[in-house]
Amino acid sequence: MEFTLITLLNGLSYGLLLFLLSSGLTLIFSMLGVLNFAHASFYMLGAYFAYAISIQLGFWPALLLAPLLTGLLGALVERVGLRHVRRHGQVAELLFTFGLSYVVVELVQLAWGRSALPYAIPAQLDGPLFTLYSTAFPAYRGFMMLLALLVLLAAGWLLKRSRIGMLIQAALTHPQMLEALGHNVPRLFTLVFAAGCALAGLAGVVGGNAFVTEPGMAAGVGSIIFVVVVVGGLGSLKGAFIASLLIGILQTYAVALDVSLLSALAHWGIQIAPDAVGYPLLRLTLAQVAPVLPYLLLVLVMLLRPRGLFGLRD
Amino acid sequence: MALSSWRGKSLWLAFALLLAAPLLFAQSAALSILSQCGCMMILALSFNMLLGQSGMLSFGHAVYSGLAAFASAHLMNELAGSSAAALLLVPLAGGVAGMLAGVVFGYVATRRSGTALSMISLALVELVAAAVLMLPAWFGGESGVSTNRVLGMPLFGVDFSSQLQVYYLIAFWLFVSTAAMYGLTQTPLGRIANAVRDNPQRAAFIGHDPRQVRYLMFMLSAFFAGVGGALTAINFEIVSAENLSLLRSAQILLFTFIGGIGYFFGPMIGAITGVLFSSLLSAYTRGWQLYLGLLFVLIVLFAPGGIAGAWIKLLAGWRQMTLRGWLRLAGGLLTAFGAVFLIEMLYRRAAIL
Repeated sequence: MEFTLITLLNGLSYGLLLFLLSSGLTLIFSMLGVLNFAHASFYMLGAYFAYAISIQLGFWPALLLAPLLTGLLGALVERVGLRHVRRHGQVAELLFTFGLSYVVVELVQLAWGRSALPYAIPAQLDGPLFTLYSTAFPAYRGFMMLLALLVLLAAGWLLKRSRIGMLIQAALTHPQMLEALGHNVPRLFTLVFAAGCALAGLAGVVGGNAFVTEPGMAAGVGSIIFVVVVVGGLGSLKGAFIASLLIGILQTYAVALDVSLLSALAHWGIQIAPDAVGYPLLRLTLAQVAPVLPYLLLVLVMLLRPRGLFGLRD
Repeated sequence: MALSSWRGKSLWLAFALLLAAPLLFAQSAALSILSQCGCMMILALSFNMLLGQSGMLSFGHAVYSGLAAFASAHLMNELAGSSAAALLLVPLAGGVAGMLAGVVFGYVATRRSGTALSMISLALVELVAAAVLMLPAWFGGESGVSTNRVLGMPLFGVDFSSQLQVYYLIAFWLFVSTAAMYGLTQTPLGRIANAVRDNPQRAAFIGHDPRQVRYLMFMLSAFFAGVGGALTAINFEIVSAENLSLLRSAQILLFTFIGGIGYFFGPMIGAITGVLFSSLLSAYTRGWQLYLGLLFVLIVLFAPGGIAGAWIKLLAGWRQMTLRGWLRLAGGLLTAFGAVFLIEMLYRRAAIL
């Protein structure tokens, strides 16, 4: 019981962080039609900016300033680069953001070096939030969950209720009509791209010190968030939410389970000799397989439901 | 007619260059770079069968070359003690291994097209790269599988122990694969693949299932990737998880696009450029990957035809270039020079810190 609850909480907090990342990604995709390969790079930039600001001004200003900075950078990227590549088609857009992610990693290494940074959790949030049976749940995890929920509720309200949100929703389905009504659709695109990047930056600010701030962090989370948006269905926010939580919980549970097919077979009374053909495969424990579970899930979903869980178009 | 004779001439010229290259660059370091160029050319050309000819952007091309490289390394270890001539056919076996991987993974990837296909290929490369490290019994874990390309008694004095002999083996397979891949672009399948790239709906209307065409092209491309992977295994005599990582796939993608995906020979130029970047420039500066990335981004932004496209444009239009055009070119070069200078300064500063 204790294990189940704590793992569920950890899985939820990781899943919410994933959703903070994938919501921006999927919003940008549904609007601009481009899957921003550099999205995880903005997550990394968020963490590095937050580190740089937090050693000068402290964590709380960084929480505000770093996402703003990444958002500005995102606007710049959309305005200077992406907008001009669009006429060369979807593949060119994807290639541009891919090249960007490659360059950003190198630039980050140039500016901050190759080793991990000592980006620490603020003292106010260091410590346990509550103790469940005998396991302490860290306060910072709770803060992450709260922040993610607040931001996402705010974003949802903005999208559904505010004027700018209405315009964005209109631009999703009827960009030409919106333009004919005198609204600046390209600027709306830039705004959405910047907002998505800012969300990724925010995820970086809280993810950077919860996990580790290093040049490999973009590659580590990058592929997972693409899995999230494809499994959820490209362009579906609801799908991204379900898939984020699913993958977050799945991975956290798997890491903690030390069972393998071999032990399961032994439980049923079947013994396999170590020199059998599939022995190395059977010996793998669920904990060892945990990092690839999201990718296996993606393959499974693609085979059973190619458009994703909540995808509308193929 | 004029075009075909020009083509014929350039084909013979390329063949002569392949044979003569070791005479021009006889040092063993140069030979090693030439061999790497040869392997990379096959990989880039096979990648362009997907990206350039069928419109499939795969982020996992190294999976097929890498798995084939592992298969070839195991095969060479099995064949140790037989005749040296067996090595001639190892690339073929590698091709079959690559194709088998393509049959399995391609089935999943080609169910979708466009962005989703790219994302699935990305997931597959992560899956395979992680699985390889999980199964040290088959893939040697971190250290990889090492092998020996000298399989047995020399045949006509050739036992492939020297780099020169390996170079000629690679050159032979490069020539064969290039001819086969070029031939494929002329077949109905090659043309239909172009149609599927440009307009899948119309291709479907004239009776060709786009998914099936994509799957076919994917398998064939994986075959040639396998040939390239096997040659890499023969050249380096070691295969590790790095050979099928996302980084290696990204490299193939970068090189191919820099060369130019719209032209058959573009990826070959890209492969040469890329290998020169990674093996020569890396000796001078730590920033070579940054330069490679910047070059890639600039090409995506300003010259989507790649080096090949820019070269052909320049050949066709340099007489008509206005003073303004020249000034613009000079300005661009000056900016590039300034940027390189700045980046180098920053790297020096980072090295001191």
